[in-house]
Amino acid sequence: MSDVLEIRDLRLRFRGYSGTSEVLHGISLNIRAGERVALVGESGSGKSVTARIVLGLLQELPSAQVDGGLFFEGEDLNRLSRRQWRALRGTSISMIFQDPTSSLNPVFTIGTQFAEVLRRRDPKLSREAADERAGTLLQSVSIHDHSRVLGAYPFQLSGGMNQRVVIAMALANRPSLLIADEPGTALDVTVQAQTLKLMHELVERSGTAVLFISHNLGVVREFADRVFVIYRGRIVEQGPTRAIFEDPGHAYTRALMAAVPRITGGGLPDFNDSESAFLDPMVVHGGGKA
Amino acid sequence: MTPLLSLRHVSKTFGSGPGAVHAVRDVSLDVTQGECLAVVGESGSGKTTLANMILGVFGQSSGEIRFDGNGLPVRRTLEHRSAIQLVQQNPLSSLNPKRSVGASIRLGLDVFGIGARSDRWRLVEDALEEVGLPGNFRRRPPAALSGGQCQRVAIARALACQSRLVILDEPTSALDVLVQARVLRLLEDLRRVKGLSYVFITHDLSVVRNVADRVAVFRAGKLVECAETRAIFEDPQVDYTRQLIGAVPVIADDELKLRESLSGGMPA
Repeated sequence: MSDVLEIRDLRLRFRGYSGTSEVLHGISLNIRAGERVALVGESGSGKSVTARIVLGLLQELPSAQVDGGLFFEGEDLNRLSRRQWRALRGTSISMIFQDPTSSLNPVFTIGTQFAEVLRRRDPKLSREAADERAGTLLQSVSIHDHSRVLGAYPFQLSGGMNQRVVIAMALANRPSLLIADEPGTALDVTVQAQTLKLMHELVERSGTAVLFISHNLGVVREFADRVFVIYRGRIVEQGPTRAIFEDPGHAYTRALMAAVPRITGGGLPDFNDSESAFLDPMVVHGGGKA
Repeated sequence: MTPLLSLRHVSKTFGSGPGAVHAVRDVSLDVTQGECLAVVGESGSGKTTLANMILGVFGQSSGEIRFDGNGLPVRRTLEHRSAIQLVQQNPLSSLNPKRSVGASIRLGLDVFGIGARSDRWRLVEDALEEVGLPGNFRRRPPAALSGGQCQRVAIARALACQSRLVILDEPTSALDVLVQARVLRLLEDLRRVKGLSYVFITHDLSVVRNVADRVAVFRAGKLVECAETRAIFEDPQVDYTRQLIGAVPVIADDELKLRESLSGGMPA
């Protein structure tokens, strides 16, 4: 199967007043067509910057220095002009951010924002046609009173409703890659469970590949086919979800799993805290191509 | 034994007329000495309003709140204020960015007149050491500390005031999972050693399962279920509790089994 996204030896450095700081130390990662791949790690480990590099957003920052291979559907992204890269965003690659309410523009109605998204693929689309397509898309995320939602501003809708709108928008142009950065973290657990289930069904149906960024191991286990664990800008373990959760090989992954409190009880977790072991070489499970 | 904190038919309504919001409706609860009571529910269920009434940020609309056997007036005495302390969700925004963390801790000692004036910096350092930070951290601003360290400072600040009841409002939800595990362990140790009582407000049920003695489930301002932790997780009486447990993302197979036995999978 061909790779939708391939990242090869990606490095990132930020230049600041006090010298440069290295954020990514050469990470490699691949996502096959229709596959759901999770990138798991703590804050500051380099998850979100990786997503921003794939979108080409970080490269526009003068203080960021990005090296490494980026291939999208076989095409070398580094060779694209800014304009070509921008044309990919929102059409072939789309993104869902953590907080749905703040990722929507507060001064435009959902309908206006939806039309803008649809016109990225089809610039001549009339507003009526856009509203009609938006209506069917909203129906696919179980929003049935779509005429009210299209006329509403983001702050008039609940967080869960906005999240669904954002998911519908992200999938509107049938992207081949969806990047989801901590989707639903800002929502209640029950709403989060619903939106994840919904997203799962939709990407399955449309065959969209997903790069799923999260710090929540439980959510990752439920959503992803394959997992990459990232610690301080290095991938420390990778493999199929089942293999990673049943037999974590790296000291850091084991500590992460042990630190998660269980709903079956058993008291507060004990885990190996030795940070030197966290820098051990990468563990690769069978089935996951290195 | 009289409970340390006791709420009887407490309600809070914001506004009046048809637009009134009934944030908390007729809640009765007890917290005994040394107990950790978890308050769980979704956003808007009245958890934080409840905390604010216990802290005396505003008074209840009706009902009575008793502390250590006596009714709590809306206008609290210094003694009440030092005995009931708060640890908030986001430590970076709950500490004053322009003060050193030591000065933030000392402010409570000054206000409540704890210890001799000349002795207070030593008390501040003791408080920092108690939460596992070096005493010389007192000179640092919050911005020079990590999120987990800031949360430890917030805990030190609550404890330095000789508190007996600490309201923990989502104390670990802004922290990474490894840091969360360490802070939870610290809170647990402090409770054992000092005989503190906690009101632990959270929406994370897997944390609740491992730290709380009893759980109070809130929905739309009402207390829908309150029982021992084990009973809540193994035999919930209310559908809403089952839904909440059913929505928790889990990592182990035995957790999955427990969840499915309660809810039959994820809520639709």
